[in-house]
Amino acid sequence: MESFWRVLLLQDHNTRVVLAGACLFGAAAGLAGTFLLLRKRSLLGDTLGHATLPGITLAFLLAETFGFSSRSFLWLASGAALSGVAGMGAVLLIRKTSHLKDDAALAIVLSVFFGAGIAMLSAIQQLPGGQAAGLERLIYGNPASMTSSDAWFVLVASLLVAGVCGFLFKEFTLLCFDESYAQTAGWPVRLLDVLLMGLVVLVTIVGLQTVGILLVVALLVIPPAAARFWSDDLRVMALFAAGVGALSSMVGVVVSALLPGLPTGALIVLSAALFFGVSLLLGQKRGIIIRHLLERKAARRLVREHVLRAIFECAEEGRSVVSLEQVLAKRPWKKNEVVSEIAQLTDDGLLTTDPSALSFQFNGRGDSEARRLVRNHRLWEIYLLNHADVAPARVDRDADLIEHVLDQRLVDELEDLLDEKARERLVPGNPEKNLP
Amino acid sequence: MIWTELDTWIVLTGALTAMACAVPGVFLLLNKQSMLGDAISHAVLPGLAIGFLVSGSRDSFPMLLGAVLAGLFTAVVSGVIERRGRVETGASLGVVFCSLFALGLILIRIAADHVDLDPGCVLYGALELAVIDSAAVPRIVWQSTAILLLNLTLAAVFFKELQVAAFDPRFAKASGIPSGGIHHGLTVVTALTTVVAFESVGSILVIAMLIVPGASAMLLSRSVAGVLFWSLVVALASALAGHLLAISVAPEWLGWLTGRQDLGSLNSAGMMAASAGLIFFSLLAASHFARSISGRGRASVL
Repeated sequence: MESFWRVLLLQDHNTRVVLAGACLFGAAAGLAGTFLLLRKRSLLGDTLGHATLPGITLAFLLAETFGFSSRSFLWLASGAALSGVAGMGAVLLIRKTSHLKDDAALAIVLSVFFGAGIAMLSAIQQLPGGQAAGLERLIYGNPASMTSSDAWFVLVASLLVAGVCGFLFKEFTLLCFDESYAQTAGWPVRLLDVLLMGLVVLVTIVGLQTVGILLVVALLVIPPAAARFWSDDLRVMALFAAGVGALSSMVGVVVSALLPGLPTGALIVLSAALFFGVSLLLGQKRGIIIRHLLERKAARRLVREHVLRAIFECAEEGRSVVSLEQVLAKRPWKKNEVVSEIAQLTDDGLLTTDPSALSFQFNGRGDSEARRLVRNHRLWEIYLLNHADVAPARVDRDADLIEHVLDQRLVDELEDLLDEKARERLVPGNPEKNLP
Repeated sequence: MIWTELDTWIVLTGALTAMACAVPGVFLLLNKQSMLGDAISHAVLPGLAIGFLVSGSRDSFPMLLGAVLAGLFTAVVSGVIERRGRVETGASLGVVFCSLFALGLILIRIAADHVDLDPGCVLYGALELAVIDSAAVPRIVWQSTAILLLNLTLAAVFFKELQVAAFDPRFAKASGIPSGGIHHGLTVVTALTTVVAFESVGSILVIAMLIVPGASAMLLSRSVAGVLFWSLVVALASALAGHLLAISVAPEWLGWLTGRQDLGSLNSAGMMAASAGLIFFSLLAASHFARSISGRGRASVL
C-alpha cells in the first residue's frame, strides 16, 4: 500500500521520468495512429516495428567497431529508423512491381526483416559478457530503463509529432478522406504521405523503449480505434486517441511498478485494450449499445408509420371503422407487433379502439398524421419514378417532409403528375396548411 | 564448415515445417488474409501459455488445443468487431492480436515461474535445440511430417472448394459451398500449423514460412496448383539455403561488415526467413525485368 502511494504521488524521480516518457509516447502514438487508422494502414505500424530489428542489431554490432557505446539509445534508434525506412521502401517496391496485395507485402517485409534481425541477434547473444540484455529491452519494451536523456528525446519527438499533426491537420484530413481530390486539387499528396509515414517511423522509434518493437503497433492502432466510437469529429477523435494513449501508458506503468516482474509494455497494451472494450460497448457515436438502441428506435418508428398508412389506406377504401384483419392483410407483418403498436397509438390519442370488436378508427390528430405520411410517401414514389437520375442525391432522410427537401414548385409539379398518372390514388392535401 | 547429422535434421525439420506452412499460406494469400496469418501467429501465445499453465508440461494436447482456440478466437472476435463495431479489417485484427499477444507475454512471464519456458524461445524458436533428441529420428521431424501430410491431404480433398471460396465467395455461396466454413477451416489449420511450427521456428518467423513461399510462387505461376507446387519448392530451397548461410557464409559477411572475428553461427530459423526473403526479392526483380523486356502486362518468370 505504501509503495502504491509512492508510485501514484510520483515521489521518486525515476518514476516521474518514466511516467512522463511513457505518457508522451502514448499521446504521440494515438495522434499519429489516428491518421494511420483513417488511411486504413493500421498494420503498417506492425511491419515497421518488426522491420527495425535488423537495424538495431547491426547498429549494436557496429557500435563497438567504431568505439561507440553499444547501449546508446540514440545510436540504436538511428539504426532502427534506417531499417524501418528500408522496410517501408520494400513494401512500396512490392506494391509497385508486383500484383501482390498490400497485406501480402506487409507480411513479407515484416517476417523477412524480423528473420534477418533474429539471425543477427543470435550472433550478439553468443558474444561474451551477455551484452544482448541491452537489446532485449527494445524488443519487449522496458520503460523503467529510461534515463532523463531518453525522456528528453521522447519529449522532443512527441512535440514534433504533435506539431506536425497540428500544423498539417487539414492536409492530413484531406489525404485520409479524399486522396484523389487532394491530388487533382494540386496538393503534394506523395509528400504528405511520406511525411505521415515519417511520423509513424518516429513514433515507432520512440516506442521501442516503452512497449518494444513487438507491441509498438498496439498503441498506433488501439487508442484511435477506441476513439472512433466516441466522435465523428476528427479533431475530437485525434485528441481522444492521444488521451487514451497517454492514459493507458500511465496505467500500465503504474501497475507494473506495483507488480514488478510483469512486462510493462504488455501491461500498457492490455490497459489500452480495456479502454477499447469499454468504448466498443459504450461509445457515444458508434458504440454497440447506442447503435442498438438507435436501430430499435428506427424500427419502432417504421412500424408506427406502416400501421398508420395501412389504416389510412383502409379508410380510403371507404371504411371509417377498420378491423385488425384488414390491417394485417395490408402487408406481411407480425401480428403482435401490429397489436402492440395499435395499443400505443390508442394511448397517444391517435386512434379510438373498440376492444370487443377488434376495430378502430382515427381520432383527431391521427387522421392528419396519417394523411401527412401517405402524402409524403406517395410524392416520394412519384419523384423517384420521374427523377431517378438525380433522386438519390436529394433523398437524404425518408422521414423528411418532402417540402423540406424539394422546393414548392417541384412538389406542385409532382402533385400534378400524380393527378394525371394515378387518379385512383389521390394524394391527400397538406394537413399542416389547414391548421390554424 | 562441418556438416554433421544434426545439420541434416535441422534442414529437414526446417524444410518440412516451411512446406507445411506454405500450403495454408497460399490460400491465405489468395483470400487476401496474409495478415490473418500474422495475427494468428501472435495470438496463439496466450493459448500456449494457458496450455502450459494448465498442463504444466511443454508438449501436450492442452497446449495445442489452447493455441488453436486462441487462433479461432482471433478470427471470430476480430470479425465481430469489424461488423458490429464497424472498424476496418486491419485495425480490428490489430486490436485483437496485439491485446492477445500482450496477454500472452504476461502469462508466459507468470508461467515461467512454474515451467521452464523462455519467451525468446517461443518467439524465435530454437531449431538447433529442438532436433537434439535421443531417438533415432527426432520427434519434431515426425511432427512436422505429420502436419505437412495433413495439410497436403486437406488441400487436395478441398481443392475445388478452397479455390472457389477464395476467388468467388458469392458463387461459392450460390453453389452451396460453405465459404464461411472453409474460411474457419483454413483458420483452424493455420493455427494448428503455427503451433507445430512454433517449436522449431518460433511464432513470428512462422509468418515468413506461411506467406513468403506462396508469394514467391505467385511470381512463377498463374494457376493455383502451380503456385502450390512452386511454394513447396521455394520452402524447401529457403530452408536449405537458410541453414547453409547461417552456419557458413553469413557469420563471415557479418564479421567483415562489422569488423569482428568472434561471431559464431547464426540462428537458422531467422536465416531461413531471411533467405526466403532473398528468394522472393530475386524473383521479384526477375519478374519485373522479364515484364519490361517482354512488354507484356503480367509476364511470369518462367
